[in-house]
Amino acid sequence: MQNQHRNLIERLLSGDRRALARMVTLIENEVPGTRDSLAELHRHAGRAHIIGITGAPGVGKSTLVTQLTREFRRRERRVAVIAVDPTSPFSGGALLGDRIRMMELAGDPGVFIRSMASRGSLGGLSAATRDVVRAMDAAGYDPILIETVGTGQAEVEIMRAAHSVMVVCAPGLGDEVQALKAGILEIADLFVVSKKDKPGANQTAAELAMLLSLAPERRTAAWRIPIVLTSALKGEGIDQLVDALERHRHFLQESGLLQQRAQRQIRSEIEALILQKVLQHLGEEISPDEWQRLLSEISERARDPYSVARELEERLGLVR
Amino acid sequence: MATTRPIRVLVAKPGLDGHDRGAKVIARALRDAGMEVIYTGIRQTPEMIVEAAIQEDVDAILLSILSGAHMALFPRIMELLKQNGVTDVLVAAGGILPDEDIPAIKAMGIKGCFGPGTPIEQIIQFVRENIHPERLQVEV
Repeated sequence: MQNQHRNLIERLLSGDRRALARMVTLIENEVPGTRDSLAELHRHAGRAHIIGITGAPGVGKSTLVTQLTREFRRRERRVAVIAVDPTSPFSGGALLGDRIRMMELAGDPGVFIRSMASRGSLGGLSAATRDVVRAMDAAGYDPILIETVGTGQAEVEIMRAAHSVMVVCAPGLGDEVQALKAGILEIADLFVVSKKDKPGANQTAAELAMLLSLAPERRTAAWRIPIVLTSALKGEGIDQLVDALERHRHFLQESGLLQQRAQRQIRSEIEALILQKVLQHLGEEISPDEWQRLLSEISERARDPYSVARELEERLGLVR
Repeated sequence: MATTRPIRVLVAKPGLDGHDRGAKVIARALRDAGMEVIYTGIRQTPEMIVEAAIQEDVDAILLSILSGAHMALFPRIMELLKQNGVTDVLVAAGGILPDEDIPAIKAMGIKGCFGPGTPIEQIIQFVRENIHPERLQVEV
């Protein structure tokens, strides 16, 4: 490993915030050599409780993250936050505004907040999120809160990054709760009904409870999914929510699910790394000209995608 | 590739004035120019701005100020950056900055000053051209 990387890792492990910030930049940009650093960081990680916060745009995820962080700080924990916002598909730029609602946390040395752009990733996270979690974990932050892009029904990537997934719903979205039956509702370990000071909060909670009563028993037998009502405005429900998160962490540890989830996540990470390598090889094997020739032949119906894929698999040595 | 990564910019409003329309227009324009823009909102202390710049590891900090307190707040921000060893970040300022203050502002290490009426293109180009070249290599 390069000496500079070694030095950066040592600073990161000793709690230097600038070193962690720079490591995140290296990870996000896939700078050569960073994977060696991540391998080293992996040995120091594995202590943090990783909590995912997801839900539709505007339900109050950032505000809730702020309140959660404050409560965890009250319990003397060092908290890291990853806030993901969407990258514009047109300009490639992004406006990362989650810090606006996290203003009261600024200046607390026990809190590290990083905004990340999704950079083309469609699952509500960015491709680098899990590696950034690893760096924050190694730096001693626990818990690590991941706030996803405002999600619809299908952005379930968070379940492959977090130990405990919190789905946030706001009152007044009753019909939408129905529409969420599949997908995002199925990944929740906890439900939060935010803005309980607004009318309709109890009804939303009741609808969620009804949906849960219909859930298959394997989902609910060992862990009864709690529905917590919160009001950021009045500061209500936050300590109950943190208690519920702590209970879930305890449940995961006791049941062996924590290890099971962590292993499943690592397997999907390894698969992603291999897939990335295969695509890289493919890019090296086939020149743009050859791609163009193949694609023309396929669109002229002289060839078909399946035999071309087969031929390329052979050339990459993927077929025995 | 490391050299083509998006530029990361912090847009911050130090001090007590609550008018952030200009800051928001700039933030949006930089986003549309392909940059990742972290907007912190109004009423930021120098400490909050510097801490955000560190955690977000930004390439540039754009300060927007209309209150007239720039000669109190800017030196504090530049001093805090130096204290924290942040020496490779471009700092520029916009808003109501009287002509007679500009030499002093530039002497603090704030490289660009943009008053009302500045074409947005000019600001985008300034940011692109003045990012510390080593930062975009993203070396350690």
